[in-house]
Amino acid sequence: MNGVHDMGGMDGFGKVEPEPNEPMFHEEWESRVLAMVRAMGAAGAFNIDTSRFYRETLPPHVYLSSSYYKKWFLGLEEMLIEKGYLTREEVAAGHAMQPAKALKHGKFDLGQVERILVRGKFARPAPAPAKFNIGNRVRARNIHPTTHTRLPRYVRGHVGVVELNHGCHVFPDTAAIELGESPQWLYTVVFEGRDLWGEDGDPTLKVSIDAFEPYLDPA
Amino acid sequence: MSEHHHDHDHDHSELSETELRVRALETILTEKGYVEPAALDAIIQAYETKIGPHNGARVVAKAWTDPAFKKALLEDGSKAIGTLGHVSRVGDHLVVVENTPERHNMVVCTLCSCYPWEMLGLPPVWYKAAPYRSRAVKDPRGVLADFDVTLPKDMEIRVWDSTAETRFLVLPMRPEGTEGWSEEQLAELVTRDSMIGTGFPRTPGGPS
Repeated sequence: MNGVHDMGGMDGFGKVEPEPNEPMFHEEWESRVLAMVRAMGAAGAFNIDTSRFYRETLPPHVYLSSSYYKKWFLGLEEMLIEKGYLTREEVAAGHAMQPAKALKHGKFDLGQVERILVRGKFARPAPAPAKFNIGNRVRARNIHPTTHTRLPRYVRGHVGVVELNHGCHVFPDTAAIELGESPQWLYTVVFEGRDLWGEDGDPTLKVSIDAFEPYLDPA
Repeated sequence: MSEHHHDHDHDHSELSETELRVRALETILTEKGYVEPAALDAIIQAYETKIGPHNGARVVAKAWTDPAFKKALLEDGSKAIGTLGHVSRVGDHLVVVENTPERHNMVVCTLCSCYPWEMLGLPPVWYKAAPYRSRAVKDPRGVLADFDVTLPKDMEIRVWDSTAETRFLVLPMRPEGTEGWSEEQLAELVTRDSMIGTGFPRTPGGPS
């Protein structure tokens, strides 16, 4: 979706402001939100792409004015309600009122903690040979799906070169809306800065994205 | 009530609202039997104690001292790091990109906040915030100026936008004046930002 989360190339957000000796969490609740998102994801309530999509669909003014973990919280609550794990009445009451919905991987208890400290695996067997080889010129498709996609706006329509092939991975565009993993070849595609940003762009700049095969046409 | 006091109350009540909502959600998830609060505590404790830039720093220091490891690391980051006993936790698809006198690498996630957690820990706020995500791909030298970093004018700058489940770690150049240093000594020079590409390693005798 063409949301405000797709920020590459936007102007007006000001300077980057690193915080010296930044703490891991600025408020205790942030750590609880992180843990709940990781736990409910690991228990099978949602996949990583769905959780990203729920944050992207927050209203633009909420997305832009909320802290990082506030966005995580708002996305998590809405996602769990819509997927049937809780109800709005329960959220309003602050207590469980309905029977639980079964989780694909069961309750997240202490025994589950170790396995989430390493990221999940996203590589899948290839359903078909790769269409592109290293060195091929490809054009990022001019597509504007209203659902989740990982093709940023700033490269759409531009020509780049395939630099790396990462094998076949879960396709976020379908996984996010629960249409299956639909594995696709994944490539690093590199663009010249001036092709993206015009003649005033930095001549020493190259930018790459990791692009799934359905995002690309031969060029 | 003074102006200052009023502002303070206002801030406090806003924080409390989020805090209350988060607590309520945890209560519901617990009562419904979805999560065990002690497991949430353990997740937080693991992030606070086990992951962090010290993991990435050890990998970088090893690459600086062991050419065979460096070669393997650049070919397949996850596989090479998996062979190190002391940094065993690494997910798939870690790509290590090397800074050279000709090329500087910088990592961003314009769409969300993808970051090599297992190597660097949880990302800092600036990495997840709009100023960095918007400008890194268009004006990286301007972004670097915000970090007081300047690159030679003709050096290539390569920005890696983490748009999939691949993760990128920058292998910075080894500082001069460190000949004969041990891996442990070198690891002390490796900063988090030098592995994102928004900084350089510390130099011997420089500020820590």
